[in-house]
Amino acid sequence: MICCELSPRFWTDSVWSGFKILLALGFGMNVAALMSWVERKQSAVIQDRIGANRADILGFRFLGLFHILSDAIKMLTKEDFEPPAGIRPWHALAPIVSMACAALCLAALPFGDVIEFAGRTWSLVPIQLDYSVLYVLALLSIGVHGVVMAGWSSGSNYALLGGLRGAAQMISYEVAMLAILAGPLFLYGTLDLAQASRWQAHMIGGVLPAWGIFLQPLAFILFMTAGAAETKRAPFDLPEGEAEIVGYFVEYSGMKFGMFLTTDFLESIVLAGMATALFLGGWHVPGLSHLGLPQAVFALVGVAAFTTKLLAVLWLLMQIRWTLPRFRFDQLLDLGWKNVLPLALANLLVTAWAVTLLS
Amino acid sequence: MKPVLDKHRVAAVRRPEMGFKEQIYLVEVWKGLAITSRHFFVNLYRHVQKALGRAGLAGAVTTQYPEDGQVTKHRSRTRHRLLKREDGTPRCVACMLCETVCPAKCIYIKAEESPDVMIEKRAKSFSIDLGLCVFCGYCVEACPEDAIRMDSQYIQFPGSTRKDLIWDMPELMGDKPKAPSMETPKDPLSPGAE
Repeated sequence: MICCELSPRFWTDSVWSGFKILLALGFGMNVAALMSWVERKQSAVIQDRIGANRADILGFRFLGLFHILSDAIKMLTKEDFEPPAGIRPWHALAPIVSMACAALCLAALPFGDVIEFAGRTWSLVPIQLDYSVLYVLALLSIGVHGVVMAGWSSGSNYALLGGLRGAAQMISYEVAMLAILAGPLFLYGTLDLAQASRWQAHMIGGVLPAWGIFLQPLAFILFMTAGAAETKRAPFDLPEGEAEIVGYFVEYSGMKFGMFLTTDFLESIVLAGMATALFLGGWHVPGLSHLGLPQAVFALVGVAAFTTKLLAVLWLLMQIRWTLPRFRFDQLLDLGWKNVLPLALANLLVTAWAVTLLS
Repeated sequence: MKPVLDKHRVAAVRRPEMGFKEQIYLVEVWKGLAITSRHFFVNLYRHVQKALGRAGLAGAVTTQYPEDGQVTKHRSRTRHRLLKREDGTPRCVACMLCETVCPAKCIYIKAEESPDVMIEKRAKSFSIDLGLCVFCGYCVEACPEDAIRMDSQYIQFPGSTRKDLIWDMPELMGDKPKAPSMETPKDPLSPGAE
């Protein structure tokens, strides 16, 4: 039997990984659901309004949080419309592909360092990969297939054009994204998000933490720009364009539409996690290592720090979304190919020189 | 930028040119974020103060209807009211001035002879279609007898059909409460409808 040839270490590792993956998925899905509430409330507070607050259970409104529940019930019970001209299996598959790709990315986020327990170290990263940056980027680019599939299989020219627009945008910014990430990754000398976080632990001159945002400020700004464009958020939400532009999911309704919506939120979470791990020091809290905390407590504080930073980046993304007007499509592609990409390459060049000269 | 008039009294307003600061976009993004963030944190602070039961400015300008009473200003013109004389008869003499001046053509008056010899006519029926009314107040200004006025604050006159929005004379005088009809609105697409 094959299971006897595998060491017990393999089985404990599998169970531990599965547990972590479930936790990460639960975290992602819950934050994604909360994002729909945050989206409403944050925009309301910015615009001197109150925001959705009418859904109640037994008279308790609880700041409108029950709208998440009512939205979910509404989406699940709505008519699942299938366009007569559509291509049925692909039409159903598209939201699954989109959402699965975004959800799989969650497993690569480095939520924490390691815990020493029972004579060995237990990593807090859901799946440990030496190339997790590539893993996330690859999954995000497979996510484009969901968009194109949705556009093509809807049997509507509007949806097809929307899908093509979405694909053009996402692929353009994917190229830029790779060039942007090349700079910091060259600096850290790794493709592993956890390893990159570990690299940022030291202090520069004893005061400034060696976070990517201080060492690679240009890359951080470009990353947030390209990330927002690739996840179809903020001022680059042309593929959706809620009320004004007909997007690729015009022929979707009910929970299939809800899955596209959740995909966007999940991708934002992944983006925020990447930004945290690569530019904001991951799980590190400056000065915490001098306190002499027990190792397990230290690691758990790290998890809390990572989550807090991730939520802060999400807040920033949301704030940007409610601040900037939407780009036109030609402006969007201009920004991507003529500005972001050259700047990213210049950043890579300077980083490469600096690293070579200083080492 | 203040437009400057030339000798032909023509002002050419030039579109402001974008400098380097605007073209790199980041400074402007930062400014915009500063504005929205200021609103966000100031309003959030006020909401928290209110939740803690402290006095202070409201965090939102929203008026919640119908929980928070007044949604109209005290001078607002709302539903019409027909007035009576001291003996209880309607003041209206069916002169048709309000029906004539009405820009929305929502006043329907039928006149009849008045039993009082000093008064020539009176209204047999007087109804206003509030679904058509634009609340301009011309009828009030036109009336020579001060027979029609407009209430303030009276904005709740819902109806489930268009017919429910037509108020007749006793209803406008306050002799009879406006009772909503119980008939369900006809679906205009159903085969039975004309």
